[in-house]
Amino acid sequence: MIEVKDISRSYGEKIILDEVSVSLPKGKVTSLIGSNGAGKSTLLSIISRLLKQNGGTVLLDSRDIDDYKTRILAQHLSILKQANPLDLKLTVRELVSFGRFPYSQGRLTPVDEEHVDRAIRYLNLQDIAGQYMDELSGGQKQRAFLAMVVAQDTDYILLDEPLNNLDMKHAVQIMKTLRKLCDEKGKTIVMVIHDINFASQYSDFIVALKDSRVAFFDTAERVIVPEVLQKVFDMEFKIVETEGKKICNYY
Amino acid sequence: MKKNSRRIALLVTLTLLLVAVFFLYDLTGNREYVLERRAYKVAALLLVAGSIGYSSLVFQTLTGNRILTPAIMGFEAVYLLFQTVIVFIYGDKTFRVLTESANFGWSVLMMLGFAVLIYLFVFRREKNNMYFLLLTGLILGTLFTTLSSFVQMLLDPNEFSLAEARIFASFNRMNTALLGYAAGAGALMLILAWHYHKYLDVLALGREQAINLGVNYKGVTLVFLFIISVLVSVSTALVGPITFFGILVTNLTYELFKTHRHSVLLPACALISSITLVAGQFLVEHLFNMTTTISILINFIGGVYFLYILLKAKKL
Repeated sequence: MIEVKDISRSYGEKIILDEVSVSLPKGKVTSLIGSNGAGKSTLLSIISRLLKQNGGTVLLDSRDIDDYKTRILAQHLSILKQANPLDLKLTVRELVSFGRFPYSQGRLTPVDEEHVDRAIRYLNLQDIAGQYMDELSGGQKQRAFLAMVVAQDTDYILLDEPLNNLDMKHAVQIMKTLRKLCDEKGKTIVMVIHDINFASQYSDFIVALKDSRVAFFDTAERVIVPEVLQKVFDMEFKIVETEGKKICNYY
Repeated sequence: MKKNSRRIALLVTLTLLLVAVFFLYDLTGNREYVLERRAYKVAALLLVAGSIGYSSLVFQTLTGNRILTPAIMGFEAVYLLFQTVIVFIYGDKTFRVLTESANFGWSVLMMLGFAVLIYLFVFRREKNNMYFLLLTGLILGTLFTTLSSFVQMLLDPNEFSLAEARIFASFNRMNTALLGYAAGAGALMLILAWHYHKYLDVLALGREQAINLGVNYKGVTLVFLFIISVLVSVSTALVGPITFFGILVTNLTYELFKTHRHSVLLPACALISSITLVAGQFLVEHLFNMTTTISILINFIGGVYFLYILLKAKKL
């Protein structure tokens, strides 16, 4: 379980997070939603130690993340950010191999190679494993980065807008993979996501942030209701149900 | 993989061949004396080539930018200002007051002190942002360059020619004791860096990926910045500034070796640097008959190549 306790963060005068506390359940998919500037990405960055908080603690399996050695933490928790500009001459397989760095520090063992092979198969990248990253499309790139995270084999996987710049087909592909990682491998997925319908379809829990605080935290079922969403986003929502799934219409 | 090792072997052969030509070409007069002088010169060329090649490549990996060299941090500007100011103060007595070794020692200390000061300034304020560091170095560097130009205007022509001899890089005023110190410092840095080399490939992925993969980003970056500072300071104090050299050799390396592995890139870059410098010095001595200096030659070729990269690149 990831326990966020009284996390505060501000940039100069501007308060981004104001004593935020929330417990993210293990083995589930949790989405962070909220309008721009609500502090979703900042919260994710603090949980993954990319950014220092001004106050408060983050506990991973009841232990402060600052008490973990950074290399050991990298074996328990991984983070994939939205922008991954790469102009290195790097093949897909080489990128995925980096996922094993926390374990082998650059010298791959046969066990590592196996993990890499499995991750490549998991994301269906066999055909392009030898291609250079800069020759790939956006969707393929995102899958390659996800394969790297899969090879890293951490219990907790954090993602910052994993669907950014992807078309519908690739977005669905990525979300299905994340769902599979949770259901089959018992991974805990925490992601920042903008598309409310993707959050509704694929997550177990939803955290809604508003005005630097957690406004709502509940099962997806109970957050995706007009009254709640209207409060979070300050706009009209209509929710239709088809085949037992809720779809938000806010256009 | 195989192609890369073949290319490395080719570069080694080429380097050895060039060194041999450098030693044996036009061997007249007192052979022993000429060979000894050439030996020191070759040692200095290889040392400087290795230091600049290594530090430029690592610097570009840390900054994630392929048109930067450590010169942007203002090392050379500090060196220029120091050399100009001592000539301004002591005039034609400069080199009686300050021996070669003392000048070397003070120059290195000044540059290192400057580097440590801006690291402390930037990293203590929790800014810990690479670009903030570069910007600080760039601005101070510009200030120092302007100051030295100003002081140079105040010098009389005789004194100015004293300062000028220091401002342009040259391998002709070699001092064996200094070469020993420089080699010692280089070896020490290589030992220090050894344990950290495995992190370079990961650092190239950027700060966030490096932290995700469990690298102590701040610590490792500081170690490499320190190593770069020592190498650049020592080679600048030894032969003077060669600004464009770093960009020239690193980009040739990326061009020839399509890989991200630093275990290939670093030795390749050191070899390409060596070939470039030894060939450049050879041309200066035998083709241009010393009418030009190696820094002019390198800045000319480097500058043209730099423009070529800028024009060719859609995205840097």
